[in-house]
This record gives sequence, C-alpha cells and structure tokens, in this order.
Amino acid sequence: MLEVAVAHRFGSFTLDAAFQSAGGLTVLFGRSGAGKTTLINAIAGLLRPERGHIIVDGEVLTDTEHGIFVPARRRRVGYVFQEGRLFPHLSVRQNLLYGRWFAPRGGRTGEVEQIVDLLGIGALLDRRPALLSGGEKQRVAIGRALLARPRLLVMDEPLASLDEARKTEILPYIERLRDETGVPIVYVSHQIAEVARLATDLVVISEGRVAAIGPTASIMGRIDLFPLTGRAEAGAILATTVAGHDPAFGLTTLRAAAGELRVPHLDLPVGAALRVRIRARDVMIALAPPEGLSALNVLPGTVAEIGRTDGPIVEMRLDCAGEALIARLTRRSVETLGLVCGRPVYAVIKSIAFDHHAFAGAAPPSPGADADTRDG
Amino acid sequence: MSAVFAFSPDEVTAIRLSLRVALWAMLWSLPIGIAVSLLLARGRFWGKSLLNAVIYLPLVMPPVVTGYILLLLFGRKGPLGRLLADSLGIVFAFRWTGAALACAVMGFPLMVRSMRLSIEAVDRRIEDAAATLGANRFWVFATITLPLILPGIVAGMILSFARALGEFGATITFVSNIPGETQTLPVAIYTLLQVPGGDLAAFRLTLVSILISLAALLASEVLIERASRRIHGL
Repeated sequence: MLEVAVAHRFGSFTLDAAFQSAGGLTVLFGRSGAGKTTLINAIAGLLRPERGHIIVDGEVLTDTEHGIFVPARRRRVGYVFQEGRLFPHLSVRQNLLYGRWFAPRGGRTGEVEQIVDLLGIGALLDRRPALLSGGEKQRVAIGRALLARPRLLVMDEPLASLDEARKTEILPYIERLRDETGVPIVYVSHQIAEVARLATDLVVISEGRVAAIGPTASIMGRIDLFPLTGRAEAGAILATTVAGHDPAFGLTTLRAAAGELRVPHLDLPVGAALRVRIRARDVMIALAPPEGLSALNVLPGTVAEIGRTDGPIVEMRLDCAGEALIARLTRRSVETLGLVCGRPVYAVIKSIAFDHHAFAGAAPPSPGADADTRDG
Repeated sequence: MSAVFAFSPDEVTAIRLSLRVALWAMLWSLPIGIAVSLLLARGRFWGKSLLNAVIYLPLVMPPVVTGYILLLLFGRKGPLGRLLADSLGIVFAFRWTGAALACAVMGFPLMVRSMRLSIEAVDRRIEDAAATLGANRFWVFATITLPLILPGIVAGMILSFARALGEFGATITFVSNIPGETQTLPVAIYTLLQVPGGDLAAFRLTLVSILISLAALLASEVLIERASRRIHGL
C-alpha cells in the first residue's frame, strides 16, 4: 500500500499531485516535464518536497507537517534509473550484491540465483558495466535494485534510452517482475505501448497535476483523455485468452468478452491470458455485418460515447458486450453513417493491425505472419 | 667514469634525506589534501574563494616568501611553532621535519588541484544510486567516490612528491642548510656549486635527481593507467 501526496515548486513549475497504489505496477504517465520523475524522486527520498506525505505499508517516509524525512538509504525503495547508473568500477556481480550489504539480514537462500535467472544475466556476472549493451545494463540495474530487498520499486523510464529491439528484449522481464516477485512497482513512462503492456493501474499526470487515475483499461478507454495519452497511439485494451490456432493460415484465435479476434500466429498455449491493445485508428465502423470484406474481425456493439466533433477527426467509444473499444473516424463518416449514442454498429479490425506492439505477456507474432510491421 | 658514481657519505645522506622529506611531505598532506579537495569541490560555504586563494598562494608567491612566512609562524619564536613545541613536542625549526613541512606546503596546491578535478568529474547521480541501495555517506564515499577518484589521488600524490624533491627556496629560507638534517638534494647541489672542485659531485647528484624524478613520473603513469582501467573495466 503506497500513499503519495507531494507539492513542490521549481521556478515557475508547480507539482501538486497525489495518488495511491494497492500494489501491482502503477504507471505514472505523462509528457516529459510533467513532474513524473520529481514524484518518484520524492518517493525514493532523493528529493525533499516542500509539502506532502509519503506512506509505504503504513510507515511514514515523508511528512512535512511533522518534520519527518527518512533518508533515501533507510527507505528500502529500490530505484531503477533511466540511464542505469551502474557502478563503473565494479563487476556485474559486485553491482548486483552492493545493496545486500546494507539490506536487512535473513533473505531467502538462492535469492541471488533466482533473480539472476529471472533477468537472464547469469552469463554477465564477471563483466564490467562498460562492456554491456544498453539492454543488459538495464537488466543488471533492475537486479541490483531487487537484491537490496526493496519493499517498493520505482522505475524511471527504464526503456527510454533503448532502441526498439532492446525494449522488446526487456519488456518480458519487467512483466515477470510484476507477476512473480510481488514487489509493488511505480513506473514512469510516456510510451503508451509500455503502459498498455505493463500497467495494472494508471496515473495520468499533466503539468504537475493528476489528470486521471484508475485501472489501465478504463483510463485507456476514456476518449476525453486522448489529448493527454496521445492520439496516434490511443486505443482500448481487451483482456483475452488464446482459444485456438489455425496452422493452415498461420492464425491464432483470441477470445474476449466482446467476441473472437483472429490475429497472426502467436506462440502461446491454448488458454493463455493475453492483453491486446486495439488502436483507435485501426478500427472501422459498419452499420450492418459486412460481407465481401477482407478483414477477419467483426465485433458487434453499440456507440456509447462520441468525443469532440469540432475537428475533422472524431473519436468514439463502443460498448462491445461490456468491453470498451475505441474507434477514430472522420467527422464526415460519422455524419454520413448517422452515428449517435445508442446506435448498434459493427467494429471491423484487420488481423494484421495486431503487430507486436499490440500484445502483452506474449511472444511477438512469428515473423512470417507479421506482414504489416508498422512502427509504434 | 666510475668516479662519477663514487658517492661520498655526505651525498648519500643528502639523497636519503631528500627521499624521506618528500615521502613525509606527501603522506602528511594526503589526508588533508583529500579533505580540502572535497570541501572545495562539493562544499558551499562563505569564504570558499578565499580558502581557494590561500591554498594556491604558494604556487604563485616567491618560494622565499613562503619560507619566510613559515619561519615567522613555525619558527622557535613563532606562535604556532611555540604552541606545537610546548604541547606536542613537535619542533620544525632547523629540523628535517621543517623541510618536510615546507615541501608539503609548496606541493599542496598541485595535489589539491589534481584531486579536486577528479572529484568534480564524479557523477553524483551514481552516488545517489548507492544511497537508494542503503549505503550511508561514509560507505558511499568509501566504496564509490574513493575508487572513482583514485587516479586523481595518485596523480596528486606524485605531483606533491615530485614538487617536494625539487623544493629549494622555501626549504633553505625556513630551515637553512644543515648537512644531514635539512640539506636536501637541491640544497646540496647548490652548496657544492659554491665550493671549488664540487662540480663533479654536483653533477652526480643532478643525475640522481633526474633519475628519481623520472621514476616518479613513470610510476605515476603506470598507476593512473591501471586505476582508470580498473574503473572503466576495459
């Protein structure tokens, strides 16, 4: 349980934000300069806020009203920095074990091996940080923070300095971290793809204030937040399970409450849970079940909400058997089709719209099936 | 040719004395040098520029002036000299310890400059990272800062040592020219050149002086190279 309320001024910029987290991975989402890093620096004790309080598991770490400020070294808040900040003069092994010196005694036996294994860094132990790739450095930095036995982990855009391939390499490790270690994580990001894939809860921060807070799927489905979450990548998140494979065509069928989706082949067993992001720009709307159409995915639903109609582009939220789907259309199409709230429609999604950015907790689609590799 | 290397007992004494004086000057200024460098690199306090200027003074003042000031302060009748002699029994005037003090003061700016630059080059965010892992200020310094500034410390030590070997003006002004006590290599060479027939001996000691300086510089190269390789892991 984490409770944060921080007010701090830097020149003309004012941060005044509060949020709570019950565990899992909470993403602080917002543009550069929105105050996200300041917030986690305050949580880690690297910044003493002018006003506010920070409480972790009932222990007060900061409380300006009562003059309480626990120094960073006694907080047991693990910090994974954007640039890794490994100790250049120590080997990977020494970096990993650094925090254990100071951590409370009595950890589980085999803890080091377990975390080294979890992060896949066993082969690097005797190397120096200078000889590691960017992705390897970040994995070591994560391991180093974890081995100090933190009660909370904060991560400041740990993937920001990496290229796409390295990001794809690390994301599964962070997912395992979230699902297997049980350490609550506060994760700073301005990449919607990371958010969709990792976040349990989402705190949207804009100009030093909390603009929205809630479970990821419900925040991502709010079209009023699109100016903040980013139009181009905006889209709904569906919770699905793998229902079957069609080897003849190299397709996988996913089952969601909204209906079935056929996507390029995924290397996952039947029954595996999977989070799918469907970008608003990939969704078409039809008034009747379409025929003679190449797209494989058609989900019935009703128009639940229509966004601002003062520009050429209109976003709308569809209710598909209780799940939200977001579509982006031209205002012209909205008027031509006579789309109003409550109107039954069919959402049409091309299978190849599901590229590797769309999936969470899964291997990317196999290369042969990944015909469309639009970037994210 | 062999006559060139026929050292008289006095000459050997001068060489040994010089090495001892330089070594002590370096070792005593080391902890103070590290502390002052940290203060100048990291501290924010009133009078910092003044402290900086005072430390650099021996570098720009005539050495004779520095020696005379030391004589006024640490001489038999100087306020600090009397205090140290009465309370701790430490006497500088006309002793080899005085020569070491003069050399330490003269080498101090060079030592501090080298160390300060290396401290300022340390990425303090790495120290923050150590703090989030549970290290207190002492351990951050001992396990992160100190190893990272090691090349600068080694360079500072060598510079101080080399400066001490060459010190002449402040030494002869402060503690005079007493064979076996304060007559270091440069002072001995100077003295030999004042007497008829001392040329050969002066030449011998000059060679020795060159050799020691060269060895110190080469050693520093090797040590710094090794330390920075350790840091960057290459």
